[in-house]
Amino acid sequence: MPFKLDIVGETGLQFYGKMSASMSHEIKNVLSVIQEHAGLLEDFAVMAKQGGAIEPQRVSTLTTKIQGQIERANGIVKGMNQLAHSVDEPVKSLDLGQTLTLLVALSQRFASVRGVRLEPTLPSNAVTVTSSPFILQNLAWLCLDFAMQVAGNGKVVRLSVQPAGQGAQLKFSQLEGLGDKPAETFPGEQEKALLQALNAEVEMRIGEIVVTLPGDPTR
Amino acid sequence: MTERVLLVDDEQEFLDSLAERMQSRGMNVSKAATPAEAIMKTEKESFDAVVLDLKMAGMDGLEVLRIIKEKRPEIQVILLTGHATVEAGVEAMKLGALDFVEKPANLAELTKKIKEAQAKKMILVDKATEAKIKEIIQAKAW
Repeated sequence: MPFKLDIVGETGLQFYGKMSASMSHEIKNVLSVIQEHAGLLEDFAVMAKQGGAIEPQRVSTLTTKIQGQIERANGIVKGMNQLAHSVDEPVKSLDLGQTLTLLVALSQRFASVRGVRLEPTLPSNAVTVTSSPFILQNLAWLCLDFAMQVAGNGKVVRLSVQPAGQGAQLKFSQLEGLGDKPAETFPGEQEKALLQALNAEVEMRIGEIVVTLPGDPTR
Repeated sequence: MTERVLLVDDEQEFLDSLAERMQSRGMNVSKAATPAEAIMKTEKESFDAVVLDLKMAGMDGLEVLRIIKEKRPEIQVILLTGHATVEAGVEAMKLGALDFVEKPANLAELTKKIKEAQAKKMILVDKATEAKIKEIIQAKAW
């Protein structure tokens, strides 16, 4: 089948697939918890039919837990929805605080599996740029994925955004193991293609990765 | 005969509710919320079956399976997974898993597999005992 995907498109598909798989896995986990709680309530009902006493407090605790899981699932679905809508417009004005919040929501499970803690700091005032929402989200994920690999013994990645001239910077810091990785490891071909698409730059500093985004990529 | 089961999952609420339901059905259930705790418990206690989540924080479920089977080959491991892929299934079977159950798990199905695990473990233990007795008889010139 003679076809060739461009690197930005292929990287984007991989990212979308990875996030969808992760979130659907999380939803399965939530459904499993709800199923067991519901099963326990059913067990209580069976015992009551056989003359046993139901403890109202236990029923109440279980229903509260089910509500908590529903809220958790709602958060996951909200993240899926935001990611899906990030392809609606190729370029738009973006609040980077929201980009960061979505990034953390999408990545929490990957961080947890690696034993890494994500510590985002949201800006007190909105930091905005005009950019491609999906490509930026993809680049931010690839940077975070690498940052988690080089988090070192501290096992923490700090994330922040700040204005920089007409544009803004996205920072991944506290990377204790960054110096141990060969310089050519990052950015790779995929990151370079996304940086070029966004007209952005990446800089490796001591213990941190800094992505600088233009205020308007067309300038 | 009461089945001795170790449930391993990093979803604490799932662990608590499933354990309570299994206990009310006559099983003897222990819980582990981390891979390290699961490995430690299988080293110290005897179980007929370990019901093990495939994706956990800190260590991959397949790695936990490998360690358990290396140290206690008679323990039967049933893997719990969000998405049962063929690749993961083949890998798990190669490492000695008894079976797979996809989440959300059906308790009746899980109970059936636990009973199968117990029966298989008893056969393995009986064979090991028989081999040991033969070894003793051959070593002693009675």
